[in-house]
Amino acid sequence: MSETTLNDIPQLRRGFRLQWEPAQNCHVLLYPEGMVKLNDSAAAILGQVDGDRSIAAIVAALRERFPKAEDIETDVLEFLEVARERSWIELH
Amino acid sequence: MSGPGSSCIEPGPPLWLLAELTYRCPLQCPYCSNPLDFARHGEELSTAQWIEVFRQARELGAAQLGFSGGEPLVRQDLTELIRAARGMGYYTNLITSGIGLSEARIAEFAAAGLDHIQVSFQAADEEVNNLLAGSDKAFAQKLAMARAVKAHGYPMVLNFVTHRHNIDHIERIIELCLELEADFVELATCQFYGWAELNRAGLLPTRAQLERAERITNEWREKLAARKHPCKLIFVTPDYYEERPKACMGGWGSLFLDIAPDGTALPCHSAKMLPVQFPNVREHSLRHIWFDSFGFNRFRGDDWLPEPCRSCDEKDRDFGGCRCQAFLLTGDAEATDPVCGKSAHHGLILDARRQAEEAPRGLDELVQRNVRASQIICKG
Repeated sequence: MSETTLNDIPQLRRGFRLQWEPAQNCHVLLYPEGMVKLNDSAAAILGQVDGDRSIAAIVAALRERFPKAEDIETDVLEFLEVARERSWIELH
Repeated sequence: MSGPGSSCIEPGPPLWLLAELTYRCPLQCPYCSNPLDFARHGEELSTAQWIEVFRQARELGAAQLGFSGGEPLVRQDLTELIRAARGMGYYTNLITSGIGLSEARIAEFAAAGLDHIQVSFQAADEEVNNLLAGSDKAFAQKLAMARAVKAHGYPMVLNFVTHRHNIDHIERIIELCLELEADFVELATCQFYGWAELNRAGLLPTRAQLERAERITNEWREKLAARKHPCKLIFVTPDYYEERPKACMGGWGSLFLDIAPDGTALPCHSAKMLPVQFPNVREHSLRHIWFDSFGFNRFRGDDWLPEPCRSCDEKDRDFGGCRCQAFLLTGDAEATDPVCGKSAHHGLILDARRQAEEAPRGLDELVQRNVRASQIICKG
């Protein structure tokens, strides 16, 4: 298993879409015939995934947005590893 | 339905909208989930009526939209429907046999914002596929279209309905799906409603066939995981080999809203056969239909549950099973789903398993789904 590293650039897989759903009062990840409700931190992280920014840049952006949050780097790496395992994202 | 208990809880939004645009279809699959009497159904909704259905369902919270049928490609307004739905924020899925698809239409759908295409196959070899589909050109067309779907960059689900005449070729089916670069593969053992129920003796696999197929699927899952291959294999077992019923549709009127071609609103695509009055979008708003109509409240909550479900500690897990299956097998829509080992009618399931072992029907004995057969079966 290769480790997810700060230099990797994550990208949502084709056919996956992050969207705010008022009726569910949360962000969801939509994909072929499926939908996952996301918690706030997962949505905040995936919202930064644009196929251009590296994980390091995503961590920096989230630190700026949530200055009081602790250990953002660990949270981001762990979440993106799970997202990759589930084939929601690809790493470049 | 009012009264104490869970039936008082307001249902959540219908997250899934299935638009059965038409019952017309160029194929004749003997396990089609359309009603047996599809040929006598009324006029299809117009383009404007469908778009209004999408708008109202989206307002209620629907996020996934499936264009289905019949074969949705026979609707000449499909591109317009896709564009309207995508514009409202739906995730749009086209569920097709691939017959009637072309490179030009795929490109047109992509421009209209279609998110995903699911192509169904009948078998992994041309002869069986075409025999089941009732068309000698179907297989070659499906292969070409599956390749074209990927060439246009779509994510693709390949769907194989499996049964006793193709399930032994599961390895070939998986290999074909990988060759075609499917992102998801649904290996769905026939569910016995509509035409599949009529043909059950010719479709239900034996337990040994099923177990072998599941074992091979699991071996492939491990192989794919080891290679970090993104393709996901989804194996759907037929509930005829279970001892507990499925939580059908995640609960009656709980997540899923189906609109039949004539505008009838249903909690699932086979519910039309039940002795229940269902509302039509031509006459009522979807808000009324979802929250207040008799049909959508008929089996919500657990006040209606009979014994042995009522006192069962698993009732919150399976809601008494599938209403259509209970009605088809026992004639009583409120009965416990006979799949359950606790059902007084479980013997019917055991009989079907025995028939699969001892007296199955051949491929050539299956009744094909077409207008003529529908009119003969459902006279009057």
